[in-house]
Amino acid sequence: MGTLDFLLQGLLVAAQPMNLLYALIGVTLGTAVGVLPGIGPALTVALLLPVTYQLDPGGSLIMFAGIYYGGMYGGSTTSILLNTPGESSSIVTALEGNKMARAGRGGPALATAAIGSFVAGLIATLGLAFVAPYIVKLALVFGPREYFALMVLAFVTVSSAFGDSTLRGLTSLFVGLTLASIGIDQLTGQARLSFGVPDLLDGIEVTTLAVAMFAIGETLYIAAQGDKGPDKVEAVRGSVWMNASDWARSWKAWLRGTFIGFPIGAMPAGGAEIGTFLSYATEKRLSKHPEEFGNGAIEGVAGPEAANNASAAGTLVPLLTLGLPTSATAAIMLAGFQQYGLQPGPLLFATNPQLVWGLIASLLIANFMLLVLNLPLVGLWVKLLTIPKPWLYAGILLFATLGTIGANPSVFELGMLLAFGLLGYVMRVFGYPIAPVVVGLILGPLAEQQLRRALSISQGDVTVLFTSPIAAVLLVIAALAFIVPLILRARGRGEVLAQLAASED
Amino acid sequence: MKHFFLASILAGALALPAYAADYTIIAPANPGGGWDQTARSLQTVMQQEGISGNVQVQNVPGAGGTIGLAQFASQQKGNPNALLVGGYVMVGAILTNNSPVTLKDVTPIARLTGEYEAIVVPAASEIKTMADLVEALKKDPGAVSWGGGSAGGTDHIAVGLIAKAAGVDPTKINYIAYSGGGEALAAILGSQVTAGISGYGEFESQVKAGTLRLLAVTSAERLPGIDAPTLKESGLDVVVENWRMVAAAPGLTDEQKAAVSADIEKLAKSAGWQEVLKTKGWQDTYLAGDAFNEQLAKDVSATEAVLKDIGLVK
Repeated sequence: MGTLDFLLQGLLVAAQPMNLLYALIGVTLGTAVGVLPGIGPALTVALLLPVTYQLDPGGSLIMFAGIYYGGMYGGSTTSILLNTPGESSSIVTALEGNKMARAGRGGPALATAAIGSFVAGLIATLGLAFVAPYIVKLALVFGPREYFALMVLAFVTVSSAFGDSTLRGLTSLFVGLTLASIGIDQLTGQARLSFGVPDLLDGIEVTTLAVAMFAIGETLYIAAQGDKGPDKVEAVRGSVWMNASDWARSWKAWLRGTFIGFPIGAMPAGGAEIGTFLSYATEKRLSKHPEEFGNGAIEGVAGPEAANNASAAGTLVPLLTLGLPTSATAAIMLAGFQQYGLQPGPLLFATNPQLVWGLIASLLIANFMLLVLNLPLVGLWVKLLTIPKPWLYAGILLFATLGTIGANPSVFELGMLLAFGLLGYVMRVFGYPIAPVVVGLILGPLAEQQLRRALSISQGDVTVLFTSPIAAVLLVIAALAFIVPLILRARGRGEVLAQLAASED
Repeated sequence: MKHFFLASILAGALALPAYAADYTIIAPANPGGGWDQTARSLQTVMQQEGISGNVQVQNVPGAGGTIGLAQFASQQKGNPNALLVGGYVMVGAILTNNSPVTLKDVTPIARLTGEYEAIVVPAASEIKTMADLVEALKKDPGAVSWGGGSAGGTDHIAVGLIAKAAGVDPTKINYIAYSGGGEALAAILGSQVTAGISGYGEFESQVKAGTLRLLAVTSAERLPGIDAPTLKESGLDVVVENWRMVAAAPGLTDEQKAAVSADIEKLAKSAGWQEVLKTKGWQDTYLAGDAFNEQLAKDVSATEAVLKDIGLVK
């Protein structure tokens, strides 16, 4: 039987009424927890694991998959409307999405996120069905040095997300990198910058920092402005739906986001965030309207949202083919498999084809359900913005706090949330961009660990970093991405300087 | 009708404390890991077997379980309904993190499960047996890179013990720490490291599929159904077991302690628990009372010695 026959058979399994119901429960729950900052799909699946013990394996895994996809969808909603990323993978979405929402274009932003997620989910799930074995071989070629080269590329390219002033962007980035070095050093087990505080031993949680910087910082900023706040939020200007130009600008970004997110999600040390960074940077480079970036460019929402959903499907590639969980949610889904005595791995496709293909088919169905569930809600969500400011921001504060406590019931964590909120406020007041801090916290440890692993394996020989073909290619791309704009800038120097001066005041 | 609802809710609220014990289990790790799975399995079985009517699991992640341990010791003092899941990894983490709270500050009840470590190489590797690996290690310890879980954890400790038993300086080992067995697995499969070490369960499906070669397991006797020699057979006097336990709060009276111990014993002997062990592939290593406390003290001192040898603890 070919892949297509298996997939059709899987669709039959997934289309059974009970399984459809599980999928519906899953996507609804997933969307709900995705909307709440702090509470992620991982915790939800963990809480449901004992409940689903009574269900048959197919049904519960289908539900888990629905939660997983739903969480990726839901995270974008609060990012766009409230500038509060529900998950770390929707941080980039907040950059352009929230600007769009404030300009009365929240509807198209939500729509391009939902449709982009659907397109990406569809293509990536089909990718999971047809090319999983090849993707996984590619992923295994990636060792520490290749990952390090990828991180270098990510650092160079995301610097374009650093706003107008390079100096301020880099300052923010280094704040993030410093925060990233707090905690136990993974390679030696020694504590760094923890000042004897046990709560700091595991470093700073990305979602805590993101929620604090974006949500709390923003709330303080708005509150400090009082009634004379300049940016009046317009709930809806023009149509709630995407117009022809929105479509024209979105579809390519969706596809590019998908092709960036899927392979990176499939890499054991890839993760959803890096795909969104790279996608955002790509869109900014390729856009015909680069001046709109930072002020609500629709490509900047479409690309990263497609990338994070594609990477969710990508994560399932190593899980199903190697038994290798690469995200917290995947780790719990693995526990879900084991609950039924199933061991994901190279033999799973052979020993339990019905279950695997049922799961893949139900992902397709869950994806479709999410679109149906989310698009009609766009009109309703946008109304959130019409809530009077004091109520809205009090609500944001409440949800941010609850989400943080929900994920980790610790007073210290709450203290950090407040402290970083203050930091976010101060940075806003002085015009420093927020996103690079979070980027530094995510990429910093990855880059450091991979570099040190590579050097440790080679016993200190630095040349290994360049001698692998993949690493060399990635580093060359990174170098080009760094040098070409410099040359361009040097040529049109006066113009650029004038622009800088204009944006600096 | 409304009154009926109110009355039933009231009755329900009043009836709740009537259960023998409503346990709260602290899993000192994020959802998904071994301790979390142990805690949630305990929850399921305790409810199934009617040992407790209402069991809550709470995740307090961080620093090899020492955050959860510290919080448990201070906040649950004297509470007979609070349980903490822990294990061998915690023993190492307490030492490497210089944790002010140790296992002496809680009431260890029983060891429940265990898993042995497995040493593997990629199928294409030139290393065929444990003896080959030891030879390579003796020739140039730095050239043999070991992929495994976090620094100072069970995997790292096992490599230190192997080096020591082979007569190699444990400070010279080239251990590459990954955030977990899964991420290490990718590095081993991709031949990024020479050899891999982690719980057997992490490698099982790859070994069966023939993509990894199993060199040895760290149990005292050969494991049923697993075709690999022990380290002892390979001439290395090393036994490492990654066990998991359950502890109660500090400051309990003898009666309270006996009640918790009885509940846990009932759980460990139940059919439901045995079923869980089977599906999860965990070994039943139930050990309670003084025997467990003795074993614990032995493990702590042996671990301290090897962590000093590796150079992780001063």
